[in-house]
Parts: sequence; structure tokens; C-alpha cells
Amino acid sequence: MKYIDEFRSHDLAEKLATAITHEAATGRDYHLMEFCGGHTHAIFRYGVQDLMPPNVHFVHGPGCPVCVLPVRRLDDAVELAERHGVILCTYGDMMRVPGTKQRSLIRAKADGADIRMVYSTQDALKIARDNPDREVVFFAIGFETTTPPTAVAIVQAQREGITNFSVFCNHVLTPAAIQHILQSPEVRELGTVTIDGFLGPSHVSSVIGSQPYEFFAEEFQKPVVIAGFEPLDVMQSTLMLLRQINEQRHEVENEYTRVVKPEGNLKAQALVGDVFELRSEFEWRGLGTVPYSALKIRESYAAFDAEKRFALSEKVSREVKSCECPAILRGAKKPTDCKLFGTVCTPDNPMGSCMVSSEGACAAYWTYGRFRTNADGTAATKEAAE
Amino acid sequence: MNAFEPDFATSAGAVDMTHGSGGRAMARLIRDLFHKHLGNPHLAAGNDGAVLTLPPGRVVVSTDGHVISPLFFPGGDIGCLAVHGTVNDVAMMGAKPLYLTAGFILEEGLPLADLERIIRSMAVASREAGVAIATGDTKVVEKGKGDGVFITTTGVGVVADGIELSGDRARPGDKVLVSGTLGDHGVAILSKRQNLEFETEICSDTTALHELVAAMLAAVPGIRVLRDPTRGGLAATLNEIAQQSQAGVILDERAIPIRPDVAAACELLGLDPLYVANEGKLIAICAAQDAERLLDVMRSHPHGKNAAIVGEVVEDKHAMIQMRTKFGGARVVDWIAGEQLPRIC
Amino acid sequence: MCLALPARVISIDDGEMAVVALEGIKKRISLALVEDVSVGDYVLVHVGYALHKVSEEEAERTLALMSKAGVLSAEIEEIEGAEA
Repeated sequence: MKYIDEFRSHDLAEKLATAITHEAATGRDYHLMEFCGGHTHAIFRYGVQDLMPPNVHFVHGPGCPVCVLPVRRLDDAVELAERHGVILCTYGDMMRVPGTKQRSLIRAKADGADIRMVYSTQDALKIARDNPDREVVFFAIGFETTTPPTAVAIVQAQREGITNFSVFCNHVLTPAAIQHILQSPEVRELGTVTIDGFLGPSHVSSVIGSQPYEFFAEEFQKPVVIAGFEPLDVMQSTLMLLRQINEQRHEVENEYTRVVKPEGNLKAQALVGDVFELRSEFEWRGLGTVPYSALKIRESYAAFDAEKRFALSEKVSREVKSCECPAILRGAKKPTDCKLFGTVCTPDNPMGSCMVSSEGACAAYWTYGRFRTNADGTAATKEAAE
Repeated sequence: MNAFEPDFATSAGAVDMTHGSGGRAMARLIRDLFHKHLGNPHLAAGNDGAVLTLPPGRVVVSTDGHVISPLFFPGGDIGCLAVHGTVNDVAMMGAKPLYLTAGFILEEGLPLADLERIIRSMAVASREAGVAIATGDTKVVEKGKGDGVFITTTGVGVVADGIELSGDRARPGDKVLVSGTLGDHGVAILSKRQNLEFETEICSDTTALHELVAAMLAAVPGIRVLRDPTRGGLAATLNEIAQQSQAGVILDERAIPIRPDVAAACELLGLDPLYVANEGKLIAICAAQDAERLLDVMRSHPHGKNAAIVGEVVEDKHAMIQMRTKFGGARVVDWIAGEQLPRIC
Repeated sequence: MCLALPARVISIDDGEMAVVALEGIKKRISLALVEDVSVGDYVLVHVGYALHKVSEEEAERTLALMSKAGVLSAEIEEIEGAEA
């Protein structure tokens, strides 16, 4: 596969590993936060950590849209399907995420709710066209990458006069979340989380460009390298970050130039600006309420806003007590610090979102990292040694 | 045939409740569809059961329920799948499959033309496999209570003395082989799922493997484990074997045969091909010194021409499946949690 | 986050739809979010939409950069090896 296989080459990986080991041979530790779940997934799936010197640490960030969606919003989606009787269209990622009392979309579906998995907003529109006598709601989640396709669907629905289609909008913004993490007491005052630099979002940046990161590279004096999601991209970006840190620079650099331009995708940005506007605040699982961190549908498209169309009830939504997803999402704890990890909470019976999404730190630890040993039988992870 | 009875009109019409009532409609359905295509002396006897004479050896019995959507898919349909699936389960015990039984649950409204197509496909598959469908049953459920048709088949076979295949017999040092490319069936099915459609040449690999198994056992009677990696793919099946044998497996990702288009489809949908279903592949575990010989035999058989040695059994108290990645790292290949769902992130 | 893959555009409809190919897999996607895409271009596909064109030139530049890091490290190893 062109542009994929060559960025998974073992030979280049070994070369880069040598270069990284050399660059990191300074006697200090390096803590790099990979904001995106895509990076977390690549690090675990390809075993990138195995090629890193022991003083280079990856801190997993909150960049998994499934993980950061608060339970309340999931409960709302279940309510739309159950109480309002709509056809709820969702990306497959959301199906197993547990809501209050472990209720997930897959369970609601088993109980008779009409929940359909779609691959694209185009599929949701088609379902609306095919079922003119039913209300069809698209459960929109995701960062800046996934927002423009939702905008296209809304504009298209208006153009085609599809009146039974609406969107339950949960789109969130990356720069606001990164800034929030950098301002958190754990990073700023308590020092419990050390972040020396960021592996910046790859596909988000293809839409928003590299400019939005300039502000906090400067303000917080942290280097950012926008990194592709293939394992070699992660390694090359790590090398670039180490160089910046060693040279005490804090710039925004772009490793993923084959897709990311400084200005991003202007057409997509314009479309998103036309359909959506900022929410003054939005709750993130793990980060709490983050100002100006999410989007809502503009008044001019209010007819397509499921939150306006359906009266959602007040509800008390609860996460499972002692689930450490929130701290894990902030980088303050590791999955293995959670009492539930691997005991009560497993991918078969997830208690929190981080165990559901294949990008969630807990699922990645469980699936790819738990008890991992090297081919010679020695422990490859601290967990395996203990 | 009675001159007052018109021919059974299979090109038009659909299954209705009378087809399961025990009355004339049911008798005609059985005679004009099932007996016509699957015909053999056991069925023709028209008794409640079949009396079978088995050659000497130990008897192997295996049963499998078949539910699939869509009923017809590239490379096959539920009919041949119901034959192959059970023939393979019997074969994985080292037995020569001899007879099948088939139970049908038909949903009201299933077009009779579809049913005939499915039964014809079963007939061809069972004839090719050399197994007779000796007895069967048909029930009809109301519309909405089934998915067109469900087929449960039970297979009977005989295993020769000296063949001891079991999931608990893998030992550290043994080699793990697969008979061909992985994930073809699952991807072929997904390509036709509503809302996921993509165009591809990929066909289901559904096929009967007992002849391949016979050739393998003739060359290496000491094979320790045979299993077909159906639901949950290679990953699920190896995890089962690892648990049963209380040993680990280390896979070499480079050696695992996967078609480039299957790999691409999996990338597109965010799936891992190691967890995707197969219907015409097997996993074999044998002693290291037998591995090359077994591989040669497999590769010289049409159903094993892409066979490969993909890993090794190791001592591991956690009974984990691990993999050396192409990239040069290592990862755990765990049990899957539920069905793999296409994902966007 | 955001599963997206580079795929080659093999045909474009009159409207905003196109067919992309990835190793024999063909998928209909929307071009509503991109401009100036022609048949033969590689685009990054996410949830059935092309998000961005993929630059061949930049891809090669990045790979060259990676190789260079490798060359440098090989030289370093040689020097260190000689010193030891």
C-alpha cells in the first residue's frame, strides 16, 4: 500500500532507533505526550516502545474522541434511541462504550432500540432518505478531522430538503484540550505530570493546519512536532522532539508534511465555520469543563440540531466509581495504576471508555502490552516484571 | 406424481407457515426441494432417522449452527457453508467425514427460489466432499423471528487408530502452521454488509478441508493439533489452543500470509486481519522436526498452496499469544472482546 | 484518533463523488471537502471523505529525511566503534 508500507519499514526503524538512542544519550529523561489515540495505537501495535531507549517515555494524551465523551452525552444518545424512538446512526466505535449503569448502545440495541452502525455521514443521510416516516439522528463524535464530514451532511440535507435528519453534535476541539492540559495543576504546579514536548495531531492538523499550535509552543515553551500515524512517523517525530529539547527550542515543526500544510484545509474550515459555532464550554471526560472546546450547530441550521429537535431529559449520569479514566486521560495516571484495570475492567467487560476504544490507553495496555515479554523471555514492560 | 398436483413452483412464491405444519405443503417442500437435490437412499427411505453402518475406528461427531447475513456472498452461500463448516470440524479431529444431518429453520417469507439455490449449493458441496446428508428436519418460524434461514448441521466421521488430535497437545518447541491466506471469508462478507459496501475481488474461502487433512495425516500422523480458525480468526483460535495446552505462542508477522487486498480492506475499516473469520483454512501444530515435511505436503495440495510456518509454541505461564511485528517490535495478540466493529478512530 | 488512509482516485463523477482504490479495494467516497483533485491523485480518506491530497514530493522528502537520520547514526556508530 503506497504511502503506508514504506512508513512501516523495519530497516528504517532500526536506523531511526539508533539515531534516537544517540540523541537521547544525555543522562536525562524525556517525557513526550502523544496527544492522539492514533499515536497511542501505533506505539503499541507496532511495538515502537521496544525500539526506544529507556529514558524516552510516552505519556498518553486525551486525543481519543470516544474516550473523552462524557457519560452524560452517551446517556442522551441512548435516550434518543429509546425514548424518542429515532433511528440512531453511529460510528462503530461508540457501540460498546458503557454509559450510566453499564448501559451501552449495543445493549440498548439488544433491547429493541433502532441503532445502526454507519461508516460515513453519507450512509446516515441515505438511511434518512430511505425512511422518510422515521426520525434519523446521527450521533456525531470526533475532533476536527471528523467534523467536516458532519458539516457536509447537514448542508446536503438542507439542500435536498431532507427534513427527518438531524445531528446530535459532540464535536470537540484539539487545541483547547492541549492548552487545558498544559494549564492543569498537575503540569503547572504539582509537577506530577512532566511533559517535555508534544507529538502533535496528524489528521486533525490536515484540517486545521500547523498554525493553531504556535500559540502554546510559545506560551508554554513546549516543542510540538506534528507527527503522522505510521510507526516511522512517530519515530522520526520523536527524534525531532528530542533535538528541540536538547537545543532548548520550542517550535512547531511538521513531520507529516505529505498531508499537513501550515494553513490546513481551507475549504473544510469554511464549511465547518458555516455550519458550526463555538460552545462557551463543554464537558470532557477526564478534563472536566473546558472553555470554548466544542462546537454546536448554528442557528441557521437549527432544524438539523437534535438537541433542539428533541427534549432531552435531565439525568444523573454516573461513571463507575474508582474508574481512573479521568486521571489516565490527563496523563496523570497509567492504566496499571487503576484498581479496576485487568480485574473488574477488561475489554470484555469495560467499566470506562479508555478500555473500549482501540485507541484508549487502557485497551492498548491490555491488548498489546499486558504481561509482554521479549522473545528471550525477559520482561519487556514493568508490569510484566512485577 | 398425481396428475392433480401441480409442480412445486419454486421460481415464484415464498415459505409460509403451512410449509412447517406437517401437512401436504410440508411434504411437498421436502420431496420437491430437499429430496430432489440432496437425494440418497437414507433420505429416500423417509424414516425418522437414518441407520448408518460405519467403518472400523472411533466415531467423531460435531455439530454447528450456521447463521449468516447476507445469505449469498462472494464465493459461496449459507448452504455450502453449512456443509463445509461441519465437514471441517469433523476433519479437524483427524476423522474422515461420512455423513451429515441438516436442520433448517426457515423464516416465513423466504423466497422459495432462494431456498432452492441454497439446497442446490448444499447438494454440490456434500457431493464434492463425499458425504451424504442422511437425515434432516425443517421448521418454519414467523416473519421477523429468523434471518431468512438458519441451518444446523451435524457431522459423523471415523478416525483411524493412532491419530490423536487435541487442543491440549501443543508443546513448547512445536511449530505452528497455517494452510493459506487469512481473513478472506470475513472481508468478503463485510464487503456486502449494508453501509460498508466496497468493491473487491475477494471471495470467501469456504471449502471442505478433509482431503488436505488426510494428506497431512498420511505424511505426519503425529500432528498434535488441527483447528479451523473460523470466528475470531487466527487470534481467537490460537488463544483457545494456548489455554488448553497451557503454553504460549510467538508468531512472526512477516510469515503470516494475508492477501494485499484483504490487508487493505482491514486498514480501511480499522480491523485486524488476525481476528477476521476464515472458512477454508486450518491451523496445524506439530513437532519441530516434522514441520518442513508437513509444510511440503500442505503446499502441494490445492487447498494449502499458500501454507506457511507462522510461529512457535513456547513456555508461558500466562498462555499468551505474542507476535514479533514486521516493524521490529513485539505485541500481544489477545482474545477479542465481542465482534470486531469497523471503526473510525 | 481519526483513522484515515491514503488511496488513489480512479474515477470522478460529475458531482462530488469519486471512486478510490487501495490494493484492489474500491470505495466510493465524497470529494466535498477537497479542491483540484484529479484522477491519479492520492487522497487521505476518512469516514468516506477525502480530507486532503497526499503530496508525493513531501512523502519522498520525509523518507529521505528518515534515511538521512539512519546514515548519520551509522556514521556515529562507526566513529564510536573506532574510538572503542
